[in-house]
Amino acid sequence: MPMKIGTEPFFERVDHSLHDDFMRQAMVSAQDSLRNRKLAATTEDESLLDWELWRNAGEEIRRHTLENLDYYLEQLSEHYAARGGHVFFASTAEEANQYIQETIQKKQAKRVVKAKSMVTEEIGLNEALEDIGCHVLESDLAEYILQIDDHDRPSHIVVPSLHKNKEQIRDAFKEKRGYSASEKPEELAAFARKDLREAFLKAEVGITGCNFAVADSGTIALVTNEGNANMVATLPDTLITVMGMERIVPSWEELDVLVTLLCRSAVGQKLTTYVTGLTPDLEADSIDSPKDYHLVIVDGGRSKALGTEFQSVLHCIRCAACVNVCPVYRHIGGQAYGSIYQGPIGAVLSPILGGYEEYGELPYASSLCAACTEACPVKIPLHELLIKHRQRYVAGGGHPKVSEKLSMKAFGMGASSPLLFKMAREVVPTMLAPFTQDDRIEQGPGPMKLWTKIRDFPAPSRTNFRKWFADHTQKMGDDL
Amino acid sequence: MKVSLFVTCLSEMFYPHVAKDMTEVLERLNCEIEFPAGQICCGQPAFNSGYLQDAKKAAKQMIEAFEAAEYVVTPSGSCAAMFKEYPSMFEETDIIWRKKAEGLANKTYELCQFIVNVLGVEDLGASFPAKATYHTSCHMIRLLGETEAPFKLLSHVKGLELVPLPNNHDCCGFGGTFSVKMAPISEQMVDEKIKHVEETGAHVLIGSDNGCLMNIQGRITRQGKQVKVVHIAEILNHQEEGGILHANENRNGALL
Repeated sequence: MPMKIGTEPFFERVDHSLHDDFMRQAMVSAQDSLRNRKLAATTEDESLLDWELWRNAGEEIRRHTLENLDYYLEQLSEHYAARGGHVFFASTAEEANQYIQETIQKKQAKRVVKAKSMVTEEIGLNEALEDIGCHVLESDLAEYILQIDDHDRPSHIVVPSLHKNKEQIRDAFKEKRGYSASEKPEELAAFARKDLREAFLKAEVGITGCNFAVADSGTIALVTNEGNANMVATLPDTLITVMGMERIVPSWEELDVLVTLLCRSAVGQKLTTYVTGLTPDLEADSIDSPKDYHLVIVDGGRSKALGTEFQSVLHCIRCAACVNVCPVYRHIGGQAYGSIYQGPIGAVLSPILGGYEEYGELPYASSLCAACTEACPVKIPLHELLIKHRQRYVAGGGHPKVSEKLSMKAFGMGASSPLLFKMAREVVPTMLAPFTQDDRIEQGPGPMKLWTKIRDFPAPSRTNFRKWFADHTQKMGDDL
Repeated sequence: MKVSLFVTCLSEMFYPHVAKDMTEVLERLNCEIEFPAGQICCGQPAFNSGYLQDAKKAAKQMIEAFEAAEYVVTPSGSCAAMFKEYPSMFEETDIIWRKKAEGLANKTYELCQFIVNVLGVEDLGASFPAKATYHTSCHMIRLLGETEAPFKLLSHVKGLELVPLPNNHDCCGFGGTFSVKMAPISEQMVDEKIKHVEETGAHVLIGSDNGCLMNIQGRITRQGKQVKVVHIAEILNHQEEGGILHANENRNGALL
C-alpha cells in the first residue's frame, strides 16, 4: 500500500478517530511515556553535558550532507558497488518496485522477509511483490501484527501498531493464524517469534530499510531493538535494502552522533539493542551472509524539496520525537493524517511527496505551538515549514476558500488603517450587542459561529483604552 | 526608561483592563510610558494562515508605529514573537524594511520578560490571595524562549498559592485560526487543558497571553465551570487584599 491511508476526507477521518476511545487513550499514554523517556535521555541526562550541542551537531551534519547530497550519493554508490553490491537509483516508487520485482523474479524466488521500513511502506512494495506471487512477511513485531490484521496501516512511524491493544492483537492472531494462547504480551510475542523463525529459515530474499547509509564505506546502518532485522539481513541469500535518498551520512563519525540523537529521541534509550552495519562482503566465506546485495535509493518526490525552503525536511532522521509531543496527534492519532507519515513531520513531508490534492489539510492540522520544533533532534523548524506550506497553498498551490481569501484581504486592510481600526472598535460592540448576554456571546453571527459552536466569545469592551490612557496621562501630568 | 506600550488588538477590543493594569504596573516601576497611536494588530492571523502579503501590511503599519520607540512591551508572548518574525517577512533585497523590522524585533519584550530581565525586578508588591495555576503559553516558552519570568514574578505575590499545572507543555488548542479551522481538534485540546486545570484544584488560572485565555475561558464558561481566568498583568497590579473579587471587570463579569 502506498503512502496514503484510507479514502475518507480529512474531517471524517478526524471524527472517526475522535470517537475511538481506546486509540485515544493509547495515544495519550504512549505520548506521555515516550516524551518523559526522551527528556530523561536527553535534556535531563547530564552525561551528555549539553543536549543542545548535540542538536546543533546533528543539524550541522544533516545540513552539510543534504547540501552535498549528490557527492555523498555518488560516494555511497561507488563504495557499495566496489564491494560487489548492486545500486539502483529509482526516481519513482514504480521504478523502485519494478527493479525489486525483476531482481526477485530473476532468482525465481517466492519467499520474502522484511525488516521495518517506512520507505517500502511509502512505495507500496509489499503489494508490488504480492502481485508477482511472492509471499511477503513483515518481521518487525508491530509490522507483523499490522500485516496479520488485514494489512492495517501504521499510526506511528516508530511504533506503528500503537493504536492496537493486546486483546485486539490476540483476536487477530486467533482468527488469521490459529493462535490459541492468551493476550499476554509474552505469549503473543513467543507465537510471533516461532512463526518468524520458520519464515527466516525458508526465506530466499530479505528486505530492509535503512536508518543511515555511510557514504565513505558503503555501509547500511540499521537501528533496531528486536533483532529481526539481523535475521532478515543474514539468513536469506539475497539482501535488498531500500533507502530514501536523503538517509545518508558522510562517515562513521557522523553516524555516531546521529545514532545517539536517534535512539535517545525516539525511545529514550542510550542505544538500541542492535545497531547493525551491513556492508556487501562477497568474499567472506561465512555461511550466514547474503550472496547478493542490492541497494535501491528512492527519490519518490524528495528532490522536489531540494534547493527549496523545504530542504530541511529532508534532514529528518525519523525518530518521531515531534509526533510524540504533538498535541494534535495526541488527540487524533496517526491514521487520521491519512498518510503513513503522521504528526508534524508527516504534515510537512506528505504534501511534498504526495501533493496538496491529497494532503492539503495537513499543514493546517497544527496549532503552531512549536512543540515539534523544540523536540526535533536535528532542529528542523517544523512549525515554520507548516506556515510555508500554508503560504504555498494560498498562493496558488492549493484551493483556499474564497471567503478566507476575502477575510484576509479585509484583515490586511484593517490592520494597516488606523481609521478602519478605530471604526471597528467603535462599531463592533454595538453590532454584537444583540448577541451579547452577561458579557459573553454564546451564539455568534457569521464567521463567529465556528468559534461559538464550542466556546463563548468575549463581548467586545466598550471601554476605550486609548481614551483612558490619554486621560490617565493627563491626570498623571496634572498630579506632578 | 521609556516604554512604548503595544497592548495588542485583543486587549484593545476585549480586555482593556489588561492594558490598564500593564500601564499601571510599568508606571510603578518608574517607566515613562507612551502609547503609539498607529498600532493595530501584529498580523499573526494572516501570517499563520499563509497570507504573507496581507500580514506584511500589518507588519509595516506596526514597524512604523513603533519606529521611535526605545522599548516595546506587550502583554502577549505570542504577539512579541510575531514582531520578532517580521524580518523574515521581507526579502533579503528589501534592505530598508528588513533593517527596520530587525530594529523592532530587537527592542520588543513580553511584559514579564521586560520586568524581570530588563528592569531586573521580581517583587512588585502585589497581593492576590488565591490558589492558582499558571498556563505556559507555547509561543512565550518556545518562540521567545521565556520560561521563567512569569514564575519569578508570581513567586513574590503575597497570598498566592501557585500549584503546577500537569501537562503544561501541551497547547491549549487556540492557535489563532486553528481554533475555528480545526474546531473539533481544538475542542479536544482545550478540554484536556481544562481537565488538567481542574485536577490542580486551583480556583484561578493565570496566563500571559490573551489569545490562550480567550480560548480557555470561553470553553470554561460554556461548560458552566467556575475557574476564574486572569491575565498575569491583573495579578501583578493587584495591590490589596481581596484577590479574585477585584481582579477584573470583563472576565469576572462573564462569570458572575
